Amino acid sequence: MGKWTRRAFITGGVAAGGVVVFGVAIRRGDRSDKVRGLIAAESESLFDVWLKIAPDNTITAIIPHADMGQGVHTALAMMLADELDADWSTVRFEEAPAHKEFANYSLAREYSAPDADFPAWLIDSVDGLFFRATQMMGVQITGGSLSVRTTGQIAMRVTGAATRAVLLEAAADAWQVPVSELAAGDSMIRHAASGREATFADFAPAAAALPLPAKPSLKSTNEFRIMGTSPPRFDVPAKVDGSANFGIDAVLPGMKHAAVKAAPVFGGRVLTVDESSIEALPGVRKVVDLGDAVAVIADGYWQAQKALGSLAVEFSDGGNGATAQDSIFEQFANELDAAAAAGREKTDFVSGNATAGLEAAARVLEAEYRVPFLAHAAMEPMNCTAWVHDDRCELWLGTQNPLGFAQQVAKAIGMDQSQVVLHNQYLGGGFGRRAFEDFAIQAARIAADSPYPVKLIWSREEDVRHDHYRQASISRFRGGLDASGRAIAWHNHYVNKHDPEEAPHIPYAIADQAIVYSESETHVPWGIWRSVDHSLHAFFTESFIDELAVAAGRDTYEYRRELLAGSPRFAAVLDLAAEKSGWGDSLPANMGRGIAIHRSFGTIVAQVVDVEIVDGKPRARRVVCAVDPGYAVHPDNLAAQMESGIAFGLTAALYGEISISGGAVLQSNFHDYRMLRMHEAPDVETYIIDGGGLLGGAGEPGTPPVAPAFTNAIFDATGIRIRELPVSKHELRMKDIEDVA
Amino acid sequence: MKMITLSINGESRALDVDPATPLLWVVRDYAGLTGTKFGCGIAQCGACIVRIDGRPVRSCITPASAVVGRQITTIEGINGDKTGLHPVQQAWIDEQVPQCGYCQSGQIMAAAALLDRIPSPTDADIDAAMSGVVCRCGTYPRIRKGIKRAAAAIAQTPVPENDDG
Repeated sequence: MGKWTRRAFITGGVAAGGVVVFGVAIRRGDRSDKVRGLIAAESESLFDVWLKIAPDNTITAIIPHADMGQGVHTALAMMLADELDADWSTVRFEEAPAHKEFANYSLAREYSAPDADFPAWLIDSVDGLFFRATQMMGVQITGGSLSVRTTGQIAMRVTGAATRAVLLEAAADAWQVPVSELAAGDSMIRHAASGREATFADFAPAAAALPLPAKPSLKSTNEFRIMGTSPPRFDVPAKVDGSANFGIDAVLPGMKHAAVKAAPVFGGRVLTVDESSIEALPGVRKVVDLGDAVAVIADGYWQAQKALGSLAVEFSDGGNGATAQDSIFEQFANELDAAAAAGREKTDFVSGNATAGLEAAARVLEAEYRVPFLAHAAMEPMNCTAWVHDDRCELWLGTQNPLGFAQQVAKAIGMDQSQVVLHNQYLGGGFGRRAFEDFAIQAARIAADSPYPVKLIWSREEDVRHDHYRQASISRFRGGLDASGRAIAWHNHYVNKHDPEEAPHIPYAIADQAIVYSESETHVPWGIWRSVDHSLHAFFTESFIDELAVAAGRDTYEYRRELLAGSPRFAAVLDLAAEKSGWGDSLPANMGRGIAIHRSFGTIVAQVVDVEIVDGKPRARRVVCAVDPGYAVHPDNLAAQMESGIAFGLTAALYGEISISGGAVLQSNFHDYRMLRMHEAPDVETYIIDGGGLLGGAGEPGTPPVAPAFTNAIFDATGIRIRELPVSKHELRMKDIEDVA
Repeated sequence: MKMITLSINGESRALDVDPATPLLWVVRDYAGLTGTKFGCGIAQCGACIVRIDGRPVRSCITPASAVVGRQITTIEGINGDKTGLHPVQQAWIDEQVPQCGYCQSGQIMAAAALLDRIPSPTDADIDAAMSGVVCRCGTYPRIRKGIKRAAAAIAQTPVPENDDG
């Protein structure tokens, strides 16, 4: 491998057809041949690119992330265009193909160092060794709310600014004037003194021959003209007329359709399958035994699905057939007991001495919380169209991790990764599910021995029962209060730690803290689920701090506020949510109000939920959401992501439960794995603080605080403390008839 | 295979498909109109909503044989003979409603049917008409705003809307 040099990072060049490209080159130029054929239109040829300038002066941003509704294509293009001083109305985007050249090192970096502090968007904050390590991991993931935070800050902005610099330099050279006398704007360069002006495209060929500055100067916030505004998203028009192509919409000549059924119990295998049971059915082509699943290929999907339902097949249970949800929780509880008794908990975070703090406390509270497994239930069921032909495998699907998919599919069917060509389509929801490649491997294996392309579509039942689930967990707390009621000690012991590392940490100034955990494996596949571990820990920690406030006889907002006095950004977000909600105003007797605050993916979010109890059922009427992402690149889209994250978290809090029975998932479709619906959706008001500093994420941080804000509101209305989700398990009564314990 | 003739978006289509096949798959896989989506297969989510003689119907549980001779309208034909966007589509763009977008064909078809029936729907009307259509991205507040915006736009249009196609 060639030696990495900083100069290799940003580069430019003239391509065929007069298109000029500039970019943060991920590798040396000699690697660029590989992308040329993948991304270019016929008249173009490209190398490592983030930006193209066409002869007609249109600007195209090349974006290495999938759009699954989070608006990333628009936001990233805005970041590039702003630094470039481009005319937004002529800016386009293309999604980068699945290729190592577009590996997203940023995400791996974030995950290896959760609080990694990028020195103010500087390219030289990226370290070469790490870069290479990430390349080897082949990461081009859309996840971790990272697209804008890292790709945007490092690649898009730097490329825009560097390109602008060389365009100005080329213009100065052509006009024989100092760069300092030139101004860029609206994709034009102007020289006021002589009245000359010309397009970016006029200077692009000359600019491409100049060395790009390795460290271009970036705009400060007050110089932004495109960032901080809310232009319409690129993807919306195609999503209102049915023309947006999702994975499930792929159509290929001669394509057949496949339906699949995996062993119901995780770890199970196909024991027997009798193809003759369906061979006479109309349209059926063949049965494929995948070892842990069976698939039927037919001329039409309905034929495949019907035949699959009639197929005589037996599965083993992999030894997991006796596992039930209760036994899983019992296993967790036993492990917590045993680990605590033996003193073998693993340390997550320690400050001061929690044991001594609890001993010194005037009062100690204990509580145990539980959350169930959760499925993603993206509206578009998992699907993939695979065509194995001419020594390669082409895939059409929506994925959050194109490189990982290509790698794993290649491995599964005995090909080299270079033989797998992945065509990423719109994602009908991701939420983490489309980072797992199981369905793509199935499609490739089903198509591998077929002379035609095959579109595999999972039924909703298959989608619910063969997900990679948000973990179930138990979390135990002991909290110590001093004589005045102030929290002075915090001890938390929970089951199973995943990512991000800081999810269980609290922002409160409590001197003596011990956050510890124990591992207790289950046979249920784990997966990243919108906000990952934050989705459970925010419920745990923000419920328990509420309990401490109530025990101290204090207002739950003011109690938190005092403990955040040394954290001005948290305090500002909490204050804004409280103020906008009308915190402290009286509510009707059947209503309650709850608050919660949590930071995830670099963004602080506080929410106040107003809940109404009708016939024993809680309904969230209004959510006031205050959010500090550092800076809102696209404020309306940030608000949309808060609305979305709230609906997602509220759905889980209210209804979300995947339970295990006989080793398999009990739920199967939307009638028993319920979604929030229009009549249950609260009004959402979002208020944004541009607090400065590093950019936080948008896609996930709205989700964690809503469950505890909701259940804290239920407590306020009813005096019933919800310690186990979902809320729908609990019978609620109003507190005037409830004896508040 | 038997043939079936359906009227889809004002066009008569003779299709080589088992008439027992749900309309959803006929529309998607045989008529080539992929804007209508599969979400659950059991009439729980509404992603597959099309209009039959103007009424919103879940195509995933409707056999094609049941809609012979009826007017089938999909998202692709929502605006009938008129050029440009249906007021609901325009309102969806103005309010930036879609996120992942997968459910939005069903949402838009249900909303258009609601507005034909009740030109100025109340919040309760919207709840009743739209609660059968699931959006996993939680775009409900914007859908509500979109419906009200479309209602206002239609009210200001001099020619009465007729999008039964």
